[in-house]
Amino acid sequence: MVKILEKCQLTPITKLYRVDAPLIAKAARAGQFVIVRVREGGERIPLTITDYDAEQGVITIVVQEVGATTRRLAELEVGDHILDMVGPLGEAPDIPSGGHIVGVGGGYGSAALLCLMRELSDRGEKTTIVMGAREKDLLILADELGEICDHVEICTDDGSAGFKGFVTERLQEMIDGSPPGRPDYVIAIGPMPMMRAVEKTTAAAGIDTTASLDPLMIDGTGMCGGCRVTVGGEVKFACVDGPFFDAHEVDFDEAVSRSKMYVKEEQKAAACQRSAREVA
Amino acid sequence: MPVKRADKTPMPVREPEMRARDFEEVNEGYCFSHAMFEAERCLRCQDPVCIDGCPVRVPIADFMHAVAAGDMHKASEILRTANPLAAICGRVCPQEAQCEMKCHMTKRFGPVAIGHLERYVSDWEMAQPLNDEVAKPWRDEKVAIIGSGPSGLVCAGELARLGYHVTVYEALHAPGGVLRYGIPEFRLPNSILDWEIASLERLGVEFVNNVIIGKTIKLDDLFSEMGYSAAFIGTGAGLPKFMGIPGESLNGVYSANEFLTRINLMQAFEFPQAETPLKVGGRVAVIGSGNTAMDAVRSALRLGAEHAMVVYRRSENEMTARIEEYEHAIEEGVEFHWLTNPIEVLGEDGWVTGLKCMRMELGEPDDSGRARPVPIEGSEFVFPVDNVVLSIGTRPNPLLSRATPGLKTHSWGGLLVDERQVETSVHRVYAGGDAVTGAATVILAAGAGKKAAEAIHSDLTADTA
Ligand SMILES: Cc1cc2nc3c(=O)[nH]c(=O)nc-3n(C[C@H](O)[C@H](O)[C@H](O)COP(=O)(O)OP(=O)(O)OC[C@H]3O[C@@H](n4cnc5c(N)ncnc54)[C@H](O)[C@@H]3O)c2cc1C
Ligand SMILES: Cc1cc2nc3c(=O)[nH]c(=O)nc-3n(C[C@H](O)[C@H](O)[C@H](O)COP(=O)(O)OP(=O)(O)OC[C@H]3O[C@@H](n4cnc5c(N)ncnc54)[C@H](O)[C@@H]3O)c2cc1C
Ligand code: SF4
Ligand code: SF4
Ligand code: FES
Repeated sequence: MVKILEKCQLTPITKLYRVDAPLIAKAARAGQFVIVRVREGGERIPLTITDYDAEQGVITIVVQEVGATTRRLAELEVGDHILDMVGPLGEAPDIPSGGHIVGVGGGYGSAALLCLMRELSDRGEKTTIVMGAREKDLLILADELGEICDHVEICTDDGSAGFKGFVTERLQEMIDGSPPGRPDYVIAIGPMPMMRAVEKTTAAAGIDTTASLDPLMIDGTGMCGGCRVTVGGEVKFACVDGPFFDAHEVDFDEAVSRSKMYVKEEQKAAACQRSAREVA
Repeated sequence: MPVKRADKTPMPVREPEMRARDFEEVNEGYCFSHAMFEAERCLRCQDPVCIDGCPVRVPIADFMHAVAAGDMHKASEILRTANPLAAICGRVCPQEAQCEMKCHMTKRFGPVAIGHLERYVSDWEMAQPLNDEVAKPWRDEKVAIIGSGPSGLVCAGELARLGYHVTVYEALHAPGGVLRYGIPEFRLPNSILDWEIASLERLGVEFVNNVIIGKTIKLDDLFSEMGYSAAFIGTGAGLPKFMGIPGESLNGVYSANEFLTRINLMQAFEFPQAETPLKVGGRVAVIGSGNTAMDAVRSALRLGAEHAMVVYRRSENEMTARIEEYEHAIEEGVEFHWLTNPIEVLGEDGWVTGLKCMRMELGEPDDSGRARPVPIEGSEFVFPVDNVVLSIGTRPNPLLSRATPGLKTHSWGGLLVDERQVETSVHRVYAGGDAVTGAATVILAAGAGKKAAEAIHSDLTADTA
């Protein structure tokens, strides 16, 4: 059981939690994740460690509500407990030094970039974050990322803040020389279609890119193979070999197809949850 | 005059039509008169060779004697002293290849039902009222157990009995290893495992779930920061193998581990009340022929598959599953396709639609001594299927060894141990079970846990002397 110490609503569908998890906080490295289970009979879902504080024994997670489990989690308040949390899982990415490192985040991805980008800035790299959302109100942690990175490039689909358009369009401008300039290395975290589009953009420009893949997971220890992805023609388990992989080698078609395996069931679980709520 | 002896008393089972629809236990267990009758069949041999077939050397003749005398209390004590997981082993040991194979009765009348009687006596024991007193460790030393499969559970129990502070660390949210996430309820109800774990807790063993040694806590830190004097690694062989044939990443293809974990650990059979889904179509092909394959194919039936089939490249003679599970699978309507080797998973729009196979014939024996299956030229054909479940074996999980530079392994991933077969390349770190041997059996893992506990006790005693 993991106690919730602080809760903060970032957008109507995104919550930030600081939770009491001393062992995880002590072992964590930027880019790793945890797996949580919210209730008996509930699913195990992966969430990135947005930040960690080894001294206080606290980690931060950011949850975007997309289905039954994330919704259940979002209902928890300060003082409540998360039933199970295991981690830190996965390997921290190995980002080469020197040069302009650009993090591209969509959805919960900007949050997932937080401690990674801070670590890179602290290491003395030139850092930029390109973050995207449908509209202004859905942007998360822009201020925090602003303090950490040398540059923050905000993109909204409707133009309500920053650049009007997709992150990839802004990225392309930067590649073409628009300030803060051409990236030497790109880190993409976000929805699969976004990561795929980023990969296409940087491939054309010959820029090394890593993507944090988010396939369905169960155990997170390499035991089920459910999280397998094909990278460079080889099958890898994202939970232990990843979650970061060379984006130019990832078979995104397969990854996208596999992530849609349970769409019908996910709707059913959500409907079941709603009807249980109406009865209650 | 030879005495007329009866055949082995059959285990009462639920009707195949009924049981193949739910996850309730298939075997119903002996009643008192079955047990008395069966124990009487034992000859109490002068040379009870049955014991040579048991990896932990349960004194079977003494045990039978106690059962036949109706002294279940004594029978359970004899049993538990030798085998701390008797209720489980009575259910899942491959008796036909171990104790019962050696039994003097086997050739002429069929073996004494050693497994069924172990189950009977353990079930009797579980029905007795408990005292819920928790024992207090009386030694100073602490021992960490890594992994809560049968090897870890037994090692923990033996050390707790010797007075050590014992903590069992488990990566998953519930303890038991394969006994929890692999073997289904219809063969081994979780309530049995829960009872075993509760008895260990009464011995003073502490269980900590959701901790991965190597990730959450480094192996070294157990010693340097947390004050453990020794550790036992019982992390199993949970890494699933894939075949490397085209189409294995299509939707609807599972490793047996994933398929069974969704069912047993995550209760997918209660979806959507339990939120973990599983896709089971009308036609399911399971590749392999071990216990895991039988568990997966029979689970598929229970989740509504109309055609649940086993596809195996060798013949029935080379099958590795327990004979009882094979017979039960046939009764339940599982289809078996021997000498059939899958070469490709076919799909449409990302989903499995078929399994392309080749017919095989048996050739010369291979390195394992088993007849080598040879493909028959031009025999390709396709099974239309909705799911493919791969059950072609597992390897030791490299997670802990990768995170612990000093911990040496064989090239196939098994942990290296010393000449005593217990201590790893790291001082005072012991190992046993599938992590050392590769995928094997519950009783071998239990035996390894027991042996390691004895070594830990003698080494720690020597250390402090
Ligand atoms: C390594 C990793 C790190 C992650 N970090 C975070 C994080 O920090 N914050 C966060 O909010 N989410 C994160 N995710 C995604 C999160 O795990 C999923 O959103 C969650 O599993 C959805 O569960 P659900 O029951 O609420 O929704 P479901 O009903 O299961 O799914 C609803 C919708 O979400 C999609 N979905 C389901 N599972 C995933 C998944 N694993 N990844 C992406 N989409 C999914 C489905 O396709 C569906 O459209 C991460 C995933 C991975 C693998
Ligand atoms: C489906 C199936 C059916 C089977 N049926 C039979 C049968 O009928 N009869 C029989 O005798 N045998 C059977 N077996 C084999 C038997 O279950 C195994 O040989 C036995 O469980 C091995 O025990 P173990 O203690 O080595 O480890 P396991 O049971 O594999 O348990 C290892 C545990 O360690 C945990 N772990 C791993 N790494 C870490 C870490 N770094 N930190 C913390 N925890 C960790 C794992 O999560 C797991 O819970 C079957 C196996 C399977 C998969
Ligand atoms: S533990 Fe297994 S092998 Fe040993 S006597 Fe019992 S059933 Fe037979
Ligand atoms: S060999 Fe068979 S008959 Fe003889 S003691 Fe053992 S179980 Fe009894
Ligand atoms: S989540 Fe099971 S192997 Fe990665």
